[in-house]
Amino acid sequence: MDEQEVLLRTVMRRQAAVSIRVACVFIALLIVLPLVNLFLPQMAETDVFGFTATWLCLGVLFYPLTWVLSGYFVRRSDQIETDLLSSAGPKTLAALESDEEGARA
Amino acid sequence: MIQLFGVILMVVATLGLGMIATRRVKTASDFFVAGRSVGVLMNASAISGEYLSAASFLGVAGLIMKSGYDALWYPVGYAAGYLFLLLFIAGPLRRFGAYTIPDFAEGRFDSPLFRKIAVIFVLCIGFFYTMPQMKGAGVTMGAILNWPYWVGIAVVGAVITFNVALGGMKGITIVQAFQYWAKLFAICVPLFVLIPLLGRSPAPKAITDEPRVERTTALKMKGSDAAPLNALSLSSAEPTVITFDDACRVKLSTVRKAAKEEDKLSLGGIPKNKEAAGPHPFSSRRLTVKLLADKDNVLDVVKGATFEFDPIEFTKNGEPVVDPVTKKPVKSGAKLEFLTPSTIHVAKSDELGEPALAPNSPTNAKWVNPYGPASSKWGYPVLWTFSLIVALVCGTAGLPHILVRFYTNPDGRAARRTTFWVMVLLGAFYVFTPLWGTIGRSAIPQLYANNSTDTLLIKLPTLLENKTLGEILSAITAAGAFAAFMSTFSGLLVSMSGAFAHDIYGKILRPNSTAESQRRAFQVAAVFVGIVAMLLGYFVETFDIATMVGWAFAIGAASYFPLLLLGSWWRGLTATGAATGMLLGGFLSLAAIVANMLLDKKVLTWDLPPLVRSLMEQPAIWGVPLAIITMVLVSKATASQVPKDVTLKMLRLHAPEGMGYSKNYVD
Repeated sequence: MDEQEVLLRTVMRRQAAVSIRVACVFIALLIVLPLVNLFLPQMAETDVFGFTATWLCLGVLFYPLTWVLSGYFVRRSDQIETDLLSSAGPKTLAALESDEEGARA
Repeated sequence: MIQLFGVILMVVATLGLGMIATRRVKTASDFFVAGRSVGVLMNASAISGEYLSAASFLGVAGLIMKSGYDALWYPVGYAAGYLFLLLFIAGPLRRFGAYTIPDFAEGRFDSPLFRKIAVIFVLCIGFFYTMPQMKGAGVTMGAILNWPYWVGIAVVGAVITFNVALGGMKGITIVQAFQYWAKLFAICVPLFVLIPLLGRSPAPKAITDEPRVERTTALKMKGSDAAPLNALSLSSAEPTVITFDDACRVKLSTVRKAAKEEDKLSLGGIPKNKEAAGPHPFSSRRLTVKLLADKDNVLDVVKGATFEFDPIEFTKNGEPVVDPVTKKPVKSGAKLEFLTPSTIHVAKSDELGEPALAPNSPTNAKWVNPYGPASSKWGYPVLWTFSLIVALVCGTAGLPHILVRFYTNPDGRAARRTTFWVMVLLGAFYVFTPLWGTIGRSAIPQLYANNSTDTLLIKLPTLLENKTLGEILSAITAAGAFAAFMSTFSGLLVSMSGAFAHDIYGKILRPNSTAESQRRAFQVAAVFVGIVAMLLGYFVETFDIATMVGWAFAIGAASYFPLLLLGSWWRGLTATGAATGMLLGGFLSLAAIVANMLLDKKVLTWDLPPLVRSLMEQPAIWGVPLAIITMVLVSKATASQVPKDVTLKMLRLHAPEGMGYSKNYVD
């Protein structure tokens, strides 16, 4: 494998890992809420400050929740780039590769 | 008058800011993507300002008032859709260093042909998105100033076209940032005044009484050219008495249709004279009108007529049909479709003075709980909900006028930060929309009967006893609505004119053209696109704003989103694969939505199963997977077309800027 190939695989694998992790949480939220509404209507209708629980979740709390997810992703993603920039350069690509091996082990 | 002042103030501020910014525009790069030097918060405000369209500002609050919980998914999807954009697309797309999606399409696959296909979708999605903006402009001006529909369109269209042709993108970055804050102000400040003064709680469970309309409230019903907005669905819980102020022609049916095995309702049996009275569904006490019933149950109603419409019970072999859960007889209210316009008044039966249950309004229980009238329309509420979620989440990541904004970030890192702030700014805006919808439901239920919940933000403030204060607040929301269609329309105008100038003129017609001549082409294209958009807007008066925006989202979700997702993350994608998937997904979704619309309007009369209709109304749940699977399969079959330097291209997308792989098309 040439150096570019190693670099590309490293970058994509690290970034994709974070993206997919956050996406899974997000998708789980999007799937669970309609299912709770369907199968646990009493729970969804619980009165909370004049709102039903599910209305409060979707109409109010959902926004800050997505902010937390995106904030986490932005920080992680920046960190990955910083790490790559400080460690990668043609001469340290081999080290980078062994990093990856180590991370997987 | 105060409302007009608010609107004019907004237009003047927009033009003034645009002109100041224009003086600073120097180069062609400045002109197209603002020299890629816009700060994170400024760019986030501009993206949010551009994104919050007439559909968000007027439509979402109105839709929540109309459909309740089901409609809450719209603002959440509009805001949360940016998360997918952030996770998979924002950073790589910016780093790839192209101006537009067609740039990406060509650069990623070395295929000039693919550029042309991608341009089709910029224009296609763009024009579908401009139509609801234009309608919003026409309707708002009609609501506040009684201007004819086309005048509102002409004024808004001309102002924005002028501004964009003059200043390009730099001119509108600052304008759109300003417009975000104007819209946020306009949606929250009037609420803080209205909630205490109207004494209505914004909490949905606080609505205990079903909404009712006073007999003194004149309801203006539209005629058949406004179908399906000409319908009046009456309550199934109690009779409704309607007084017709004008002679009109009405088509009668029931809200719930008789199931196949149930007895046919003898709607045609409405007697021409009382002596012929047999069993018929509508009691006709206080008849002061000559009834002319024909096979289609079309009535010619004379001026001043009063009808009482009782709920209708369904029967099966003569026995009442009973609801399996509640054990009560199944009933339905009457449904009136106005073929000609009329002004009417409604009241509760017997005591004429008592207010009637608001026609067209769902019951409180259906409104506040999930799986209400909007999702249950075709009987598949869960499928409908999930399909809507897919459309909004994926569609946001496929809107070309939003994507083009990401190129104004200095680097991929800034693109990610910008997206984060966009989500914060959008959430801060959308969280207010359900409050408007809830207050509207209890305070101004006549909007249900009029099928005009879209005007909620303009009309609600005028209920205040202090008329001047009401007008001032209404002026603020009207100015906000204006900011909404102005900003979205200018964003669309930039991306469509950019496609014409940069892609069609600069890359296809005159590959050797100078930056200066491309700039002139941009200005010509802006004027051309502006005029076409105004003409299209003129013809869509009878279409629903939310439906038209749905078109754009569904096409974006099934065309650009799979292209950008796979193009950024899968090396094996080929131009043929991507183009096939994009065309198949995009056009089939478009065809489904347009056909469903024509079926709604009864232009088409196919008899389709409800499941098919549900999938046609919300096509994303099959359109997006279809596009992705097609892309993968066709790419596998044409694997020899994968560009030789695909590794380098992927590095350009993913390697941090400092490594020297990223590059700009125009520096």
